Amino acid sequence: MGRVKTIARRSFLIGSAAVAGGVIFGVYQYRREGENPLLAALKPGETAITPYVKIDAQGITLITPRADVGQGAWSMQAHLIAEELDIDPATATLSPGPADPIYYNGVVGAEAMPIAATSETILARTGRGAADVMGKFMGLHITGGSSTVPDMYDRLRMAGAVARETLIKAAMKQTGLPRDQLSTENGCVVLPDGLKIEYIDLATIAAEIPPVQTATLRDPSQWRYLTKPQQRTDMVAKSTGTQDYGIDMQMPGMVIATTRTNPAIGGGLIGFDAEIARKMRGVQAILPITGGIAVVADNTWRAFQAAQAVECDWGPAPYPANSADQFETVANSFTDDHQDSRLKDQGNVADALLHGPLIKAEYRIPYLAHAPLEPMSVVVQLSRQRLDIWTGTQIPRFVQANMARLTELDAENVHVHVLMSGGSFGRRLEDDYIAQAVEIAMQLPDTPIKMIWQREEDFTHDFPRPLAIAHARGTVKSGAVDAFDLSIAAPSVAESSLARLRQPAIGPDVAIVAGAWDQPYSIPHYRVTGYRVPAMVPISSWRSVGASGNSFMHESFFDELCHAAGTDPLAERLRVCWHMPSQKVLEAVAEMSNWGSDPGPGRGRGVAFTLSFGVPVAEVIEVTQTDQGIRIDRAFVAADVGRVLDPKNFEAQVQGGVIFGLGHAMNCELTYENGVPQQDNYHVYEGMRMHQTPEIIVRGLENGAKIRGIGEPAVPPAAPALANAIFAATGKRIRELPLSKSIDFV
Amino acid sequence: MKLTVDGTTHEVDVEEDMPLLWVLRDELGITGPKYGCGIAQCGACTVHVDGVAVRSCQLAAGDVDGAVTTINGLGTPAVRHAVQDAWIEMQVAQCGYCQSGQIMQAAAFLDVNPSPTDAEIDAAMSGNLCRCGTYPRIREAVKSAALKLKAT
Repeated sequence: MGRVKTIARRSFLIGSAAVAGGVIFGVYQYRREGENPLLAALKPGETAITPYVKIDAQGITLITPRADVGQGAWSMQAHLIAEELDIDPATATLSPGPADPIYYNGVVGAEAMPIAATSETILARTGRGAADVMGKFMGLHITGGSSTVPDMYDRLRMAGAVARETLIKAAMKQTGLPRDQLSTENGCVVLPDGLKIEYIDLATIAAEIPPVQTATLRDPSQWRYLTKPQQRTDMVAKSTGTQDYGIDMQMPGMVIATTRTNPAIGGGLIGFDAEIARKMRGVQAILPITGGIAVVADNTWRAFQAAQAVECDWGPAPYPANSADQFETVANSFTDDHQDSRLKDQGNVADALLHGPLIKAEYRIPYLAHAPLEPMSVVVQLSRQRLDIWTGTQIPRFVQANMARLTELDAENVHVHVLMSGGSFGRRLEDDYIAQAVEIAMQLPDTPIKMIWQREEDFTHDFPRPLAIAHARGTVKSGAVDAFDLSIAAPSVAESSLARLRQPAIGPDVAIVAGAWDQPYSIPHYRVTGYRVPAMVPISSWRSVGASGNSFMHESFFDELCHAAGTDPLAERLRVCWHMPSQKVLEAVAEMSNWGSDPGPGRGRGVAFTLSFGVPVAEVIEVTQTDQGIRIDRAFVAADVGRVLDPKNFEAQVQGGVIFGLGHAMNCELTYENGVPQQDNYHVYEGMRMHQTPEIIVRGLENGAKIRGIGEPAVPPAAPALANAIFAATGKRIRELPLSKSIDFV
Repeated sequence: MKLTVDGTTHEVDVEEDMPLLWVLRDELGITGPKYGCGIAQCGACTVHVDGVAVRSCQLAAGDVDGAVTTINGLGTPAVRHAVQDAWIEMQVAQCGYCQSGQIMQAAAFLDVNPSPTDAEIDAAMSGNLCRCGTYPRIREAVKSAALKLKAT
């Protein structure tokens, strides 16, 4: 690279970035594409052909800016680039890249809009376009809403194609051969005589030439990796204990910190006594932080022991302090002045409910913790000029901005190094734990600090999935569902979480009714109303967000109406469903489960359907009533993501989603006393364990018009499918989660 | 005190009651065993002491009475144990944070029960929590590992 002029290289690289963007998005709302952020950190001999591909003499680095929280996002992004770049992704180094607006998410914003995923009206398309503009304008570098594949499918393949064509052009310059005599194969440009030039040997020339203007994406029939079972790039490390998470980082001179803040979040610290803790072995400092204290020590266990020895006097919770009062607040919110949305209102519900016997039900769902197995942890180091942060996070740009504000540094001097997360389920969309570590660093400048929460701190300082109550009313006519009126009252996740990110929450919160208002059912009289409960416990997005609980209400009540009408619950869903890909997933699970056949004595099948994040998912669950309680035997799942890019990981995400949905529906709740969650570790919040796990049979369909993500959509139908199966097996209708409050499981 | 870990004997100056997990992670820099719950409820910290699976978060360093094997000593990315091979073949891991413990539990279990039934696998593995829900593939990987071990 020494012989290449810096200015030439920079202009080339910026040009390539613009080409990559232009080809991807077609129409530009903003003419000027951002500068390639890799340029600032390039070392001699390195070339960054696009913001996603960096090459030097040692090898190729693929930038995978969507966070990996276990869903395999890094591996999938690498495969998308590698398919077009024509390399084996296993031979590349992966890097999540810096926090940068060029890595904005153009899809996730639409989830917050009142646009049904199945709608193709001009308004709906305009709204989705606005989400892309907003994401780009805000530089929304964020992972969530099962958006990685839909957002990155074209962008990363194009980045790979632009890089490939640029390398071919470099080979043309080196060899003097025309384009049509050159091809690529496994990280090399291949000459007509079979001679190969490795990409890494072309990097220097690639930097000297003008950028490629166009690149054509390969036809899917030519794909080597996509749609085939892939080897996840992280699998060897994760099977040998060598995957590094934030909790594993080690640096010279590093100290360990842990914090204790008021578990009645926002209640504050009145006073504390650290006399005993201060004298304990290995304790280096006990520092005040917002709402509590931090212990700094030379060893994690010593820090934990000392933190437990600090006597803290906490202030009272700034919200209803126990579960009964919290549910009463929800119950009192079904009033006109709390109405937040009525996004579905077909036919004449009020009139229809007056005719025929009225069927009524009330459903309740609890607060739920995310509780990823890696507790919140982060490494920070603050000097006079810069702040470095190493952690698993889904929101690197918000972390950068918020920590810059806290330290009064310029954002460009805050460096967020994203690491593999030991789970998230939405927890790492928050940066509260990072702010705590930075507060410690401001009192211990220049020292690398690893902050780890005790599991109990993690449980009691989660921002949980909100509780909710639904009032359902309906009628049946001539053996069919005629009127369906669902009113859901819940606190607003958007209001709570966006306030913490210093963003406005405008308009109705779609999450209050997601998974209910937007279902592709055509019922003669059909209404879904959302009521916004005043803010209580701070809450946040939990895997599948609003649909995670609303599906239980919607699909349980639909089941109740089917039984009242004397009609088959699966056939009735098919009858009211107008959306072809959704019909197909219902038909698929009917076939897979042999629906309609006699399940045998003491056994029952339940079905549920939810379209969330654009993905229709149908699930049938089979249970047996045994002397020890309900046993879940099998689950049949069909889901349509438009195109299954990796059947292996698709199956894993569906199975994991079903287990996440079932485990919490059966066994989990957060209950509050004195403002504090009573569940502080896994012995009282088990989720699902292996002995309760059914066989889960998965089928991926490809009738959907758009490609979608599968991290979340399998979660919502699991709870109602199970409750409906329990009803089928036992005649017992359970309308409150967790189900274990009403029935025993094996 | 002296501790033998993954074939190497270390002299460590720690409290008798410091859990083995934190001696491994913070004193010896062996980070394969993970902290998940601290109360032997999740199994992410599982290691072997003389071949027996134990929860290192609940075993005091002073009570360690044998040679310790961690996931990092069971095999390496280049030279893997049969159970690790089975985990890779079945593509078990999602976030991967629990898998060090799952693999150590499975390896010790297959050592005493080389031909387990499905029910025995469920019983042996139910103490190890996976929040991502990889249980169906863990079941398959344990079965595959059993076959691999028999073949060797």
